[in-house]
Amino acid sequence: MSPKTLYDKIWDAHVVHEDADGTCLLYIDRHLVHEVTSPQAFEGLRMAGRSVRAPDKTIAVPDHNVPTTEGREDPAQMTEESRIQVEALDRNARDFGIHYYPVSDIRQGIVHIVGPEQGWTLPGMTVVCGDSHTATHGAFGALAHGIGTSEVEHVLATQTLIQKKSKNMKVEITGKLRPGVTAKDITLSVIGATGTAGGTGHVIEYCGEAIRDLSMEGRMTVCNMAIEGGARAGLIAPDEKTFAYIKGRPHAPKGAQWEAAMAWWKTLFSDEGAHWDKVVTLRGEDIAPVVTWGTSPEDVLPITASVPAPEDFTGGKVEAARRALDYMGLTPGQKLSDVEIDTVFIGSCTNGRIEDLRAAAEILKGRKIAVKRAMVVPGSGLVRAQAEEEGLADIFREAGFEWRLAGCSMCLAMNPDQLAPGERCAATSNRNFEGRQGRGGRTHLMSPAMAAAAAVTGRLTDVREMM
Amino acid sequence: MEKFTKLSGIAAPLPLINVDTDMIIPKQFLKTIKRSGLGVHLFDEMRHDDAGNEIPDFVLNKPQYRDAQILVAGENFGCGSSREHAPWAIRDFGIRCVIAPSFADIFYNNCFKNGILPITLPQAQVDVLMREAEKGANARIEVDLEAQTVSTSEGEVFAFEVDAFKKHCLLEGLDDIGLTLAKAAAIDTFEAQAAQARPWV
Repeated sequence: MSPKTLYDKIWDAHVVHEDADGTCLLYIDRHLVHEVTSPQAFEGLRMAGRSVRAPDKTIAVPDHNVPTTEGREDPAQMTEESRIQVEALDRNARDFGIHYYPVSDIRQGIVHIVGPEQGWTLPGMTVVCGDSHTATHGAFGALAHGIGTSEVEHVLATQTLIQKKSKNMKVEITGKLRPGVTAKDITLSVIGATGTAGGTGHVIEYCGEAIRDLSMEGRMTVCNMAIEGGARAGLIAPDEKTFAYIKGRPHAPKGAQWEAAMAWWKTLFSDEGAHWDKVVTLRGEDIAPVVTWGTSPEDVLPITASVPAPEDFTGGKVEAARRALDYMGLTPGQKLSDVEIDTVFIGSCTNGRIEDLRAAAEILKGRKIAVKRAMVVPGSGLVRAQAEEEGLADIFREAGFEWRLAGCSMCLAMNPDQLAPGERCAATSNRNFEGRQGRGGRTHLMSPAMAAAAAVTGRLTDVREMM
Repeated sequence: MEKFTKLSGIAAPLPLINVDTDMIIPKQFLKTIKRSGLGVHLFDEMRHDDAGNEIPDFVLNKPQYRDAQILVAGENFGCGSSREHAPWAIRDFGIRCVIAPSFADIFYNNCFKNGILPITLPQAQVDVLMREAEKGANARIEVDLEAQTVSTSEGEVFAFEVDAFKKHCLLEGLDDIGLTLAKAAAIDTFEAQAAQARPWV
């Protein structure tokens, strides 16, 4: 048998039917659902008189719209439109009999944090969600990607997707990371090196010593942003860390099933000699703590660098850089570490897990913020509870951070957490697009530790100076 | 789904790379539970000022492009969020074809589910079409899905590639779900086998 990549193996295990032209019907093991991209899909089912084919494989949680302030069960905290969307999810979950974590449930949180936390996400699975950051689940060696609402309806009705196979891309991070460098710096640096379309048409497998050394939280951060590199999905082969993370989770297999699952999971790696359509290698030692300066996640530079000039680029990027600098209010040649910020946002499906909060708290311990506003939005109610138990919440509060309830919050600013025009934010989220965090808002992406450092100094800061 | 066969229309030039779906339809308009009515919000933050007034310089606000049916744009169009509200807004505005050197995967797939044809052409050909589009209402571009060609009013013809299955669905206006449900027996068989092989799933 010819050597296969991890992607090949998962793909092959899920093909229901293949047409002569390579168009496949792919079986979906887990379908995650949230309130923003699903109402039209459920409406479509109702109009066609269809049911959900596998409600036991379908998990819903409201996250995008929900307020993150205390007392949010009060509908008055939401705009009428948001409330209608959340209520629609309540109703759809009930009517179609799917698993559901309502706002009042401590397990509620960002869909990509809840899935792994509850043991829904397992190695070798196919996982989809009407959300581009579904790539997060690839950290477990699951083939996971975002889909549109029409495809959400397709999966609800058939538990399959019509797909053509993507190409295989290997991203290897060799060696060790230097102090102060995190998973977020890896994933941003890869996008900086390959561009936001570098992975288009591919599924990325991240490998190498620096990836192996990451915790499961760190691996989720890396895979989360595969989409920002244009890739359909990001994958990391499961190993002992993966199995240890999964074991004992509410929906993880148990007893004899655990053993059977482990036997298969241990075969989930790319074979020696497997074919790669594209290979990118970065040395872990070369990766620095980075920030973004522009309005595309590929606009990445080490914190020690200066703001580039449009003339530093070629092609369409010259005009894009000019527009980005104008939007961001930055001047070419300005040192990044001189850029003053107003707001700090720690959270999101990229960096809203316990390890992220620990890393930020480590920097904030005994320090005070020097920005107008700083908030921590834990990725789930359980992350929040654990952070409180570990004393992290007290560190954040004493430093001057707002300690919020779980949700997507200011990552996409669909709820009341938004930037004002011109306001500049150090954010641990995943997108620095124009208007992403609020119309006219300016976003710099970075790791939780870097965001914490920025909160303390009031400007973009090299976290290594504070370690 | 609405069929797509041929289209002859005004093309609006949007010479920007990395146009993301947040730009196409900002998040404040994702709170709808319907597919319709998003056209007025297409490119909202580029098209309207803080007070909601039109920004006259933006291409779709110019008189000659208000009825555009084709959009010509830079590389990596539709990157970012998977929101299908982006193609819904484009379609609702009246645009049925987007031409660019490259597209982001999810957006590209979403277009086909909504009767929109995304066409990938080499940069040099997109540059020709961009210049053509900049001429305004007098320069109509013709798109023929069956023949897989784009023609300018000057008579230049560019051939494009499209997946055979996606083309078939668009030409016939087929509903994917209906097609898949016709294979329900294969899904049943797969599920039964998977339940044996991977019972923990």
